[in-house]
Amino acid sequence: MSTTLTYTSRDLAPATHARVRTSSALRGEWTKLRSVRSTTWTILALAVITLGVAAIAGSTVSSSWHTMSAFERQTFDPTGLSLRGMLFGQLVIGVLGILVMSAEYSTGSIRSTLMAVPSRSKVMLTKVAIMAVVGFVVSEVLSFGAFFLGQALLASPAPHATLSQPGVLRAVMGGGLVLTVLGLVALGLATIIRHSAAAITTYVGVLLVLPLVVQALPTSISQPITKYLPFHISDAMTSVTHVLGSGPSLSPWTGFAVLCGYAGVALAVGTWMLVRRDA
Amino acid sequence: MIHVQGITKRYKDTLAVDDLSFEVREGVVTGFLGPNGSGKSTTMRMIMGLDAPDEGTATIDGTSYHGLGLPLREVGALLEAKAIHPGRSAFNHLWYLAQTNDIARQRVDDVLEMVGLSAVAHRRVGKFSLGMGQRLGIAAALLGDPPTLLFDEPINGLDPEGILWVRNLLKGLAAEGRTVFVSSHLMSEMALTAEQLVVIGRGRLISSGSVDDFIAESSGQFVRVRSPEARALEALLLERGAHVVAEDDGSYSVSGLDAAAIGTLAGDAGLHLHELSPQMASLEEAFMELTRDSVEYRGHESPHGAPVTASFPSTNSGK
Repeated sequence: MSTTLTYTSRDLAPATHARVRTSSALRGEWTKLRSVRSTTWTILALAVITLGVAAIAGSTVSSSWHTMSAFERQTFDPTGLSLRGMLFGQLVIGVLGILVMSAEYSTGSIRSTLMAVPSRSKVMLTKVAIMAVVGFVVSEVLSFGAFFLGQALLASPAPHATLSQPGVLRAVMGGGLVLTVLGLVALGLATIIRHSAAAITTYVGVLLVLPLVVQALPTSISQPITKYLPFHISDAMTSVTHVLGSGPSLSPWTGFAVLCGYAGVALAVGTWMLVRRDA
Repeated sequence: MIHVQGITKRYKDTLAVDDLSFEVREGVVTGFLGPNGSGKSTTMRMIMGLDAPDEGTATIDGTSYHGLGLPLREVGALLEAKAIHPGRSAFNHLWYLAQTNDIARQRVDDVLEMVGLSAVAHRRVGKFSLGMGQRLGIAAALLGDPPTLLFDEPINGLDPEGILWVRNLLKGLAAEGRTVFVSSHLMSEMALTAEQLVVIGRGRLISSGSVDDFIAESSGQFVRVRSPEARALEALLLERGAHVVAEDDGSYSVSGLDAAAIGTLAGDAGLHLHELSPQMASLEEAFMELTRDSVEYRGHESPHGAPVTASFPSTNSGK
């Protein structure tokens, strides 16, 4: 404790802006994200799952190749196999997206945040931007990483995929894009729900439980719904030869547009509630 | 200057703040006093733009919080000790706040030094004691070198040394010409720190004005006197029209004469005094009396029926 320092700043530059600049708010938000361990851990978990599943799937398929039926061999999708871990990765990126907002509420730091940046739409905008950029970079790196790792470990006689084959680059790029957008869906849900556990439960419910519920419905009802589920949109995007056997799918990019729509709705409702509610 | 005009806040069916109006001037410490649950924290959150009042306005130097340019340079606030992510270091907590308001990195180091946390700047806040958390919250409030400061129960969790430090800090900030608004549920603490008082109970204004006025208004001031020649002194005091009550512990509680008059009287008569102390307990009593009807959660009466006189306030929780 110092008695020599006065409380006055010696060198605080005078305020030159009438408002908190978006670039300043972005820098602050980036510091926030990188300065907690949960960010490192979730990204690490994401890497372990996506790369790990790609490695295991790639290295084990050759031994089971001789037991596969002709149909299975014909529809074998080496790209989809390497990207299978991305499906589990959806859960992990969701946790990251949720914690970005819900940890602010569970720790009370939302009050610090809103006192520094009173414009709540700006707070939301910066969180979305940071989550989108970080999610995109991490997801794409891991998607390509999983693809190349999986292909490298895939031994003959199983066929390999290369990025120049039709649909392969779309599937690999798309795997990262789907993860990025799901991270934003999670961020929007967390802004609406505000509690980590409840938000994670809801997110997992939409992603994994909802498909099971829909599957249990009569086909006449389930078939038109199924293709709109995030799980199926993601599967369509990351597959090159599509044989999920559950009826029609949306085309990869149509599905992606629908997914972006989900994120847009979740973020819009979240922003509206953030602006409207007491902190 | 903080200007609160007719603010009202309802939570479901409870009225947390009820048509509250007051002003907080610059250059002095203004105490915000009220029993627990009387609406102090809610009022502060509304001033800081976190909660929206159902009616009324709260402004800082004429502007609502949402209208402030770079808010941390206009107002600093310690609202709750742990409005901080426990996984983040003290430095990073202050650094992200600084970045949003274009405050130089050097200032982060400076405020950490001011509150005595330089040595633990890069330790995670989750490992901090309650007192260290309070100091970090105070550092965050000082970060933007703001002319207006709000502190919600700042001495919570502090040891006696820390309490003394906060008192001096508050007075020092006010002496620099800043507006300093500090809440407490402890009258004794405010008597030591504040010059002005805003007293509320159940969300309503009970009294506002200077501490001196508050003391003057409160009746029943007395002087405690002890003397080996108690009988003679008592006679002398009664002769001068003072009201004298003999206490169980052998002292006398004298009202109607101030300490100087009693001392002179005893000296002239050649009587020894072993104690001559003006009693401030009535301040606490006045506060209790004023807020008696507005205490939200009351325990049973203490067996002594007497107010707690506090030299060092205990580390009560603010909630």
